[in-house]
Amino acid sequence: MDDFLNASVIIANFILIPGLAYGSQLALGALGVTLVFSVLRFSNIAHGETMAAGAMFTLLFTWWFKSMSISIEPFPTAILALPFATVLAACLCLITDVSIYRYYRKVKAEPAIYIIVSVGVMFVYSGFIRFLIGPNDRQMSDGQRFLFKAREFKNLTGLNEGLAIKTSQVISISSAFVAVGVLFWFLKHTRTGKSMRAFSDNEDLALLSGINPERVVLVCWIITAILATLAGSLYGLDKSFRPFVFMQLLLPIFAAAIVGGFGNPVGAIVGGFIIAFSELFVTFAYKRVLTYILPESLAPNSLTQFLSTDYKIAVSFVILVLVLLIKPKGIFSQENS
Amino acid sequence: MSFLVGENMTCGYGKSCIIHDCTITADLGEIVVVVGPNGAGKSTAMKAIFGMLSLVRGKILLNETDISELKPQERVLCGMGFVPQTSNIFASMTVEENLEMGAFIREDDVSETLQQVFELFPILRDKRYQLAGELSGGQRQQVAVGRALMTEPKVLILDEPTAGVSPIVMDDLFERITEVARSGIAVLMVEQNAKQALSIADKGYVLVQGRNAYSDTGEALMANEEVRRTFLGG
Repeated sequence: MDDFLNASVIIANFILIPGLAYGSQLALGALGVTLVFSVLRFSNIAHGETMAAGAMFTLLFTWWFKSMSISIEPFPTAILALPFATVLAACLCLITDVSIYRYYRKVKAEPAIYIIVSVGVMFVYSGFIRFLIGPNDRQMSDGQRFLFKAREFKNLTGLNEGLAIKTSQVISISSAFVAVGVLFWFLKHTRTGKSMRAFSDNEDLALLSGINPERVVLVCWIITAILATLAGSLYGLDKSFRPFVFMQLLLPIFAAAIVGGFGNPVGAIVGGFIIAFSELFVTFAYKRVLTYILPESLAPNSLTQFLSTDYKIAVSFVILVLVLLIKPKGIFSQENS
Repeated sequence: MSFLVGENMTCGYGKSCIIHDCTITADLGEIVVVVGPNGAGKSTAMKAIFGMLSLVRGKILLNETDISELKPQERVLCGMGFVPQTSNIFASMTVEENLEMGAFIREDDVSETLQQVFELFPILRDKRYQLAGELSGGQRQQVAVGRALMTEPKVLILDEPTAGVSPIVMDDLFERITEVARSGIAVLMVEQNAKQALSIADKGYVLVQGRNAYSDTGEALMANEEVRRTFLGG
């Protein structure tokens, strides 16, 4: 029995909790991509860098607050910095929209052109980030690092294996939960939210109904900036802030959005968790778990890992290809291919 | 002078004109039907009246005010409503949300108008929380007309409201549309089902190749030998 409990604790410690945290971050990112896709009708390749910019703003505010010795112990200072960073990120998105995307909306550009434009925006953003803060690895978290330490868990339960819960993980999961709740409430029950859904559903009819497209676009960018800043900062808090990581994150985020069906917010959330858990399941070394469960004679000598962690990104790619082959409109679509 | 006048309208897409010197008028409480062969420019004329196409020549008067330069949204504020032929509902939203979005431009309380629309189309009240995209063709058209009525328009323009619905549903829809007109609204509609439409029309226009070919009361057009032979099939 103890063996089984020990094995479960390892799974919880290395897959379940990190998966929930990483999944929440991906879900927030995928929601942003989905939102831009359904309202502005293009795939925003620059979303990863928008997240990076948001995280950078959070980091800059964190440093500033720290220099003034403002902190909200035991929570990381980044939480306090988030609202301010969100405002800057929203400004960045709106400036980009007014100076770049608005023109393409006016000339009714093809989606393909939009994608290329957003690739350009991505490069400008990433240059801007490296120019401001540099390419180095930075720690974002401070305050109390663990909510629950592995040793405390061992002492409490008398098991061999420990279960640690990082503050950043709890913050990731809970704030994603709150953000998603607020977003859905906003889309379902407010006038502005409904007008966004109407605009996304049928643009021409929305215009006939007197919905102002520029206002819808404005609100869409603000929400996108909030989601991106939240996703980027939470990822940075959980791991660390490295500007180049966000370009790599683009793949799992798009995979998450596509797995759930592009333009479907619920799908984006579920997709985020599917991608996060698959990455962890496939790259986790099961040796210790198996040693507990299997009889001694069968215990593995190798790491029993399906894939090396270096191939983590490939997992989302494989899932993406499979979904596109089997259910191209996402797992939540009614129709079959 | 009529409440709505589209006078000598000439317009089209790009450089080629589809309609030429076409005049259409409608009065409050009146049903005006525009019929004609395919490609005669019926829908184009409706779009021109609603401002979705700009006129090369001619003008649009609403209550004796020239509205030719106004954008479609501004015409909605002036009291015009438009029901497009296709994708005329928000399919992913509930019936009630569709109606609410129809009234988006209004600042005041819309609940009374909502009740009026529900009285006119009782089926919509029963299905108010259902997604509009899940309704049948006839019910969708009711949602579409209801959405346009939410701004309490003086003029309602319908582009083939009975396209793709069964004959029984069509009769029902025409009945509702008559009720709408009786409440004091000028209804202007384009119809493929010319006979049925002309039978409820106060006034009818036959367009041929973008020009007024015949215009008379609905009854007179139905009785006109030439119109019957050429457009109504005997």
